[in-house]
Amino acid sequence: MEQYSTIILSGVVFGTLARLLMLRNDYRLYPGYPHGYVTHISLGFIAAALGSVAIPALAEKDFTAVTFLALAAQQFREIRNMERESLARLEERELVPRGFDYIEGIAKVFESRNYLVMATSLLVSGITFFQDIYWGMAAGVLALAIALKFMGGETVGEIATVQAAHLHFEGAFLKADEVVLMNLGLKEARERILKEGLAVRITPNDDNARLTLHNPGQRQAIIHTVATLLGTKIEIGEYEFTPIARKNLDSGEICIAMVPNEPDIECMIEAVKRTPVLESAKRKPLSNSIGRLAAD
Amino acid sequence: MSIVALVVTEDSKKKVLPGGTPVFIASNAEEQQKLAHNLSRVLGAMAHDLENEIIFIVKH
Repeated sequence: MEQYSTIILSGVVFGTLARLLMLRNDYRLYPGYPHGYVTHISLGFIAAALGSVAIPALAEKDFTAVTFLALAAQQFREIRNMERESLARLEERELVPRGFDYIEGIAKVFESRNYLVMATSLLVSGITFFQDIYWGMAAGVLALAIALKFMGGETVGEIATVQAAHLHFEGAFLKADEVVLMNLGLKEARERILKEGLAVRITPNDDNARLTLHNPGQRQAIIHTVATLLGTKIEIGEYEFTPIARKNLDSGEICIAMVPNEPDIECMIEAVKRTPVLESAKRKPLSNSIGRLAAD
Repeated sequence: MSIVALVVTEDSKKKVLPGGTPVFIASNAEEQQKLAHNLSRVLGAMAHDLENEIIFIVKH
């Protein structure tokens, strides 16, 4: 059996490493660099420390140590609420908002990653306690692989096909293929959209995808992703070029139109494909017998 | 969401009844577009076309 210092240190190191690997700074810019990074890494370190002392404390018959884990869970829940509120407040000033579903997803992921860190350090310190440091390190590598697997999720490109759509006007109504998007009263806005606008059509692969894409939060997440990656010509007080998503009522296909800063339809299609499917938007009617029967 | 203003032409002004919403009368379609544009910018609202020579400004 290893010394307690080795056990705890191995748990803390692998737990913190897990949090560092799970940090992702990409186009979403979450967490915000650098202060957001400091917060997330610090909380990850605390979660790792809590997870790694649990087993040595229990070995010393200090059973109150378990209550620390419960306290930690409560703290991480509070922090999740704080993150959600802070993102929601920022949302009010966003020109192309993320949507509350996306924010809820971010807050939930933030909380769950701290739990994954705690579990990683608990596992590593436990294996090191019962075996030795080498087995602990092997368990740590396995735990990191599992934690990274949890990071992945479905994207829109996996549940639907995305292709370009044709933007045109019928009278004052903007349409993408056959889907009516919005009514525009200003002629100069109509001309600009015809000249610079882009549209895509998202065709769900099955009934599960159709119901998932029907969710307004999912559609808003797609719009936000595309607007973040390609830029958009919307401005405060000028809403003609607001990115918009509407559904074909019969087929469930979604058409999205916007006026991007970067007029590249291939990039827009790729951006839509890479949008994550929100957990709160995911639906699976085909998993149910009634859903399967109705789908026939 | 509410209609904050209407922009009509001489021909279409008879299609609107008084009801509290300000109505701006333009002499032709070009002036109607200009009025709608200015109003939408100042009010931070959006201009929509009823396709009967009436444009209405809505705060979404």
